[in-house]
Amino acid sequence: MPMQRREFLTLTALGAGALLTSRLAFARTAASKPRFVLVIMRGALDGLAAVPPYGDPDYAGLRREFALRVPGDSGGALPLNGFFGLHPSLSFLQQCYAARELTVFHALASPYRERSHFDGQDVLENGTAHAHSVQTGWLNRALAQLPGGTGRESGVALGQNVPLVMRGAAAVTSWSPSKLSALDEDTLARITDLYAGDALLAGRLADALAANAMAADDAGDASMAPLPPAAAAARAGAAARYTEVVRAAAGFLRQADGPNVAVFDTTGWDTHANEGGAQGQLAGRLAALDSGLATLKQELGSTWSDTAVLLITEFGRTAAINGTRGTDHGTATAAFLAGGAVAGGRVIADWPGLSARALYQGRDLAPTLDLRAVLKGILAQHLAVPPRALEQAVFPDSSAAAPLRDLLRA
Amino acid sequence: MSQPLTSAIAANRFGLGARPGDLESIGADGRDWLRAQLKGAPPQIAAAQLRSSQEILVDAFGLRREQQAARKASAAAQSAAAGGEDAQATALLMKLPQFLRPIYTEEAIARLQLAATTERPFIERLTQFWTNHFAVSVDKQFLAGLAGSFEREAIRPHVLGNFTDLLLAAETHPAMLLYLDNHLSVGPNSPAAERLARRQTQRKLGINENLAREILELHTLGVGGGYTQQDVTTFAQVLTGWSIGGGAGRLFSDGAPGRFVFRAELHEPGAKVVLGRRYADEGFTQGSAVLREVARHSATAHFIATKLARHFIADEPPAPAVQQLADAFSRSGGDLPTVYRALIDAREGWQQALAKYKTPTDYIISTLRGLAQPVEPGKGLLAAFDLLGQRIWEPRSPAGWPDRSADWDGASALIKRIQWAEMLGERSGGQRDAVQLAAQLLGANLADGTRSAVAHAASGAQAVTLLLAAPEFMRR
Repeated sequence: MPMQRREFLTLTALGAGALLTSRLAFARTAASKPRFVLVIMRGALDGLAAVPPYGDPDYAGLRREFALRVPGDSGGALPLNGFFGLHPSLSFLQQCYAARELTVFHALASPYRERSHFDGQDVLENGTAHAHSVQTGWLNRALAQLPGGTGRESGVALGQNVPLVMRGAAAVTSWSPSKLSALDEDTLARITDLYAGDALLAGRLADALAANAMAADDAGDASMAPLPPAAAAARAGAAARYTEVVRAAAGFLRQADGPNVAVFDTTGWDTHANEGGAQGQLAGRLAALDSGLATLKQELGSTWSDTAVLLITEFGRTAAINGTRGTDHGTATAAFLAGGAVAGGRVIADWPGLSARALYQGRDLAPTLDLRAVLKGILAQHLAVPPRALEQAVFPDSSAAAPLRDLLRA
Repeated sequence: MSQPLTSAIAANRFGLGARPGDLESIGADGRDWLRAQLKGAPPQIAAAQLRSSQEILVDAFGLRREQQAARKASAAAQSAAAGGEDAQATALLMKLPQFLRPIYTEEAIARLQLAATTERPFIERLTQFWTNHFAVSVDKQFLAGLAGSFEREAIRPHVLGNFTDLLLAAETHPAMLLYLDNHLSVGPNSPAAERLARRQTQRKLGINENLAREILELHTLGVGGGYTQQDVTTFAQVLTGWSIGGGAGRLFSDGAPGRFVFRAELHEPGAKVVLGRRYADEGFTQGSAVLREVARHSATAHFIATKLARHFIADEPPAPAVQQLADAFSRSGGDLPTVYRALIDAREGWQQALAKYKTPTDYIISTLRGLAQPVEPGKGLLAAFDLLGQRIWEPRSPAGWPDRSADWDGASALIKRIQWAEMLGERSGGQRDAVQLAAQLLGANLADGTRSAVAHAASGAQAVTLLLAAPEFMRR
């Protein structure tokens, strides 16, 4: 029997779209609604390299040949507030700072005080003080507190699977570009039937179809364009590393009826050896990230003004350079909050100093700011998560970390 | 438990997926089939073109030296006349990846050819388990050329041996030393460091604690295993001098190129206390003695038992089964076949069918076996692993790939599997009786709904697609 074949995207936009209208037909909110992008920097970002405290008298001695020079010098840090600078690779973030669209946090840490990446990331995402204490993430629990939060897809993970921070009761989906061939409509309908008795697979399939429909809705969306050939991608180099994921995120967030929260991962921050200074390994990765964020702003267009992008990592790295010109696992680090919705142009840090006595356990930047205070401040003000829910459901046992106020424009 | 069910579980959860005819030949009790696979030497990959880590590293180090020499020359030239990067320098820069990539492809294909055809799939799954336990990742320099030879040289020979030997082989392999940066770690009071200090050079030498930490956290005791930051730091000092011959720089250049060397010059001298035990300084054996000790530790037995039970029984493994495995590990002094036999004997492993969601690797390999697809040389098949979300030997983390359903059951990932199933269906479906194939591959796990969907498919291709996309084929 000859089969009617149609492109998968056409199908999801026109055919399966009808099946999914109940999932997607939530009311359009006001033209302006808050958008939140969470970027997880897995591997432990060296906060002292990304946001060098060049004004600290002990900084240069600890960082030796990798110490960044003062702003204005060749290869020097980019200026922030006269004490802290930005790594020279972060030129877009520096523009944001100048436009009061970037707040930098320093000497902050999650409640986790050991030095395992994997437990550190678990705490970063689960929102409690202990690794593996719960199987859901703080961002999902926050979404579940919003009106209709469990009824519609309010979040999207850019990646094939949903990271812990987004797992839980609130409906979320994942999306990643496909380079495989189109799916046959009839086969897809039969698989949908086949999954009817399997709650997990039925839910995942519906989510995937909805996410593809949404990506396809976005007419002429660059996120669906084929990747450039490998050679071109290699030439575009690091700058292109995040282009695809960032365009897709923007494609979701631009839509009035789409998810208002997006999450994606970045890796390569575990710089134990040959980390480099103004140039080198870490510099290249920061430049790629910075360029990805610039693309995000560009792709979001006017939606940028409703957007806050938070970049966080599981912990920091040793204050001193180690024996292999890198840094080992540490404690406190830096984080970034950028976007048109941010009340920026500030560095928020209760600076503990880098003297031998000030270092945590004699080796790491000491934590003076609880990451949860930042997260709670953003969720309360930007996504309007009710205060009680923040304290109880989203970040249990975190009352000592009061939400930071006025992180976003009023 | 019914006997047909044990054969389906043995082939699909403990093995790599049934091939047509496997369930029949497994016979009455799947457990006997698994036990029989433990006999004999572990299977090795016998592809003639594969080279040793040492040979690969000799060439890779040579290419790096060429690059560095060219960089120095061009820096000198540029100070005379300002100029951009010339094409020659770029070509030189591409030489190393161009050398490493085909090695990765050949190694990965050789591994897949074995996985798709092996008569001892339980041993192959155990090999993949241990490679993932001692994870290296090809996103780091040189590792693209070494991940395959690491598995062949350090993992495969010891999969049916003793855990201590496996541990020593993994931690002394150049791939691991490179991946976790230990080859350049230097004791601050080592002869080399003292010499430099006397000359009052700018350069400071010191330790890198990456390997020491991950050995304790990921390879032996586990994160709750009772070690402190002090243990990590001291153990890192113990491991100074564990290096690779023929490296870059005067301190690291001697010794047989590409092989493990112990550099006494870089080793932090003195007796050291790790986990409350004192180790006299006898050079290399100080480190190997610590490894032997942590290999025997009860926390290690429990950690390994938990990971094995999670992989073979359930995401949240039942405590009694974990205890049985840990006891077998401790009682036998880490004899791995004894631990595997305890795993086979654990009743919990046979009580729930389809307890695990397949990883993309599990999924692709089981489709290849189920359809008896030949594994062709070249990059084509490897791209599928990338698209489905699990590039071979690239976990991007020393923790290896995660091993729970929630890590793999994403919506987007599911669509990729269905697309893969459809492509295979179209490639092979017309030629077979898919209803019979479904029974052959899934045995007692074949659900009525799947049987009916396959039977009523509109074409042979669609029938195979539905079989491979069925809920019971997504799990093992």
